[in-house]
Amino acid sequence: MSILFNIESLTAGYDDKVVLRDITMSVEENDFIGIIGPNGGGKTTLLKVILGLLKPFSGKVDFSPGTLRYNQIGYMPQVALGDTLFPVTVEDVVLSGMMHGKGARGSMGRNDKKHAVEIMEQLGLTTLARQPLNELSGGQLQRVYLARAVSGSPRLLLLDEPATYVDNSFEADFYDRLRLINERMTIMMVSHDVGMISSWVKSFACVNGSLFYHPHSKITEEDLRLYSCPIQLVTHGDVPHIVLHKHE
Amino acid sequence: MMENLFEYSFVVRSLLGALFASITAGIAGTYIVSKRLVFLSGGITHASFGGIGLGYFLGISPVLGAAVFGLGAALGMEYMSARGRMREDSAIGILWALGMAVGIIFIYLTPGYAPNLMSYLFGSILTVTYGDLIALGIISLVLIIYTALYYRTLLYISFDENYARTFTRHVDLFKYISVGLTGLAIVLNIRMAGVIMIIALLTIPANIVMLYTREYLRIIVLSTVVSFIAISAGFAISWFINLPTGATNVTVLVLFWLIARAVRTLRGSLNSDKIKKSIT
Repeated sequence: MSILFNIESLTAGYDDKVVLRDITMSVEENDFIGIIGPNGGGKTTLLKVILGLLKPFSGKVDFSPGTLRYNQIGYMPQVALGDTLFPVTVEDVVLSGMMHGKGARGSMGRNDKKHAVEIMEQLGLTTLARQPLNELSGGQLQRVYLARAVSGSPRLLLLDEPATYVDNSFEADFYDRLRLINERMTIMMVSHDVGMISSWVKSFACVNGSLFYHPHSKITEEDLRLYSCPIQLVTHGDVPHIVLHKHE
Repeated sequence: MMENLFEYSFVVRSLLGALFASITAGIAGTYIVSKRLVFLSGGITHASFGGIGLGYFLGISPVLGAAVFGLGAALGMEYMSARGRMREDSAIGILWALGMAVGIIFIYLTPGYAPNLMSYLFGSILTVTYGDLIALGIISLVLIIYTALYYRTLLYISFDENYARTFTRHVDLFKYISVGLTGLAIVLNIRMAGVIMIIALLTIPANIVMLYTREYLRIIVLSTVVSFIAISAGFAISWFINLPTGATNVTVLVLFWLIARAVRTLRGSLNSDKIKKSIT
């Protein structure tokens, strides 16, 4: 396994508030990392620093090991419903994923459009291509944003709660698609549903101010306590049940 | 002969004015409506009235004064909202009233009577000079070229600024240029459309078209066409039955909007009838 990029003693936050403190981590190529942790623990902040949207207070993200570039990162932000009144079609949003490295003109050629059509096909969006965003369901909207994130054929894919609105019956299907995508690129995915994603991810990163990398997809209450990661562990077995960790 | 010449030049001026106003309505209007900047554009227009007053007071072109004030207001408000340090709508409200107050004070202080004051407030094609038309023509051309050259970048910055930051470093620059050009275009249309009436030109055409399509480029093109038809009709009506142009234009635009809504509702109920029939 080769290293795609390193996070080196990174401290970051907003204004005077430190959210992430002295984080160090190596991300390996073709890993599929589930980023878990409590609300406000810094999961989204971590993605923003990697994307270059937020400057760290100290430390750095070093792309040189894998010669990664900023325009090789695909990003899917957390989807907020009711914020989609802007008049734009599904196809235009998917095309925006290919703006990287195109310069300010950003003109789209025939090949770009063909590629967008392929991506929409893979994610079951073909019939929605000309549809405006405000007519989509939450689950459809998330597939559109996923399509935008992967359409630029990035080497690193950053996903922030990508399946919040995906219908329960389609959730497995959604993660199956992500596993296929993972054959082509490294994925870091923020999720609150540890039990659900553990069947698909290859490893975990627990983010709660600090960061602990857990190189397996099996994670236990014991691990979470060790990583000081106070979250609810939901396991999906034949009988659905929730395992809660004990209060100290 | 004299009369014919006068009428000919009046018609040309009116049609050119209508065309340029429509381009502003199409490009700036679509931007304003999509980004929900209607209140902001109202603030820019009214703030620029201060420039008109100052222009009168100093004896320079009131349009020049308005342009400076309008541009300053547009860029200032973009800067303040980018810093996120102030409640934006409150800031707009303050600037709105201040601009009007400053304008009135300067006009009061100017010796003699300001005859065109009403035309600035309510708009009049009669007072539009060839100089105004040239300025409008230039800003229209700039708007068209800017939008055509950077269409996708502008669309994606408007739609999702944070995402746009992942592919271009120039998001802030583009935002300032967009807001600045929009402010200038609005202000240059004041003489014809009026400080109070121009908000109709910026909001109604785009809203009419958005009843039927949500494709950004189509909204720009179609709202330009719709406003050209509406303004030309407004000019004709105001000329033949001697009504104030600005007010007539607004009324015609609102009428168009009501008709567009009615047609859409009608079509919608027809469609659902068809669906019902096909089910049974």
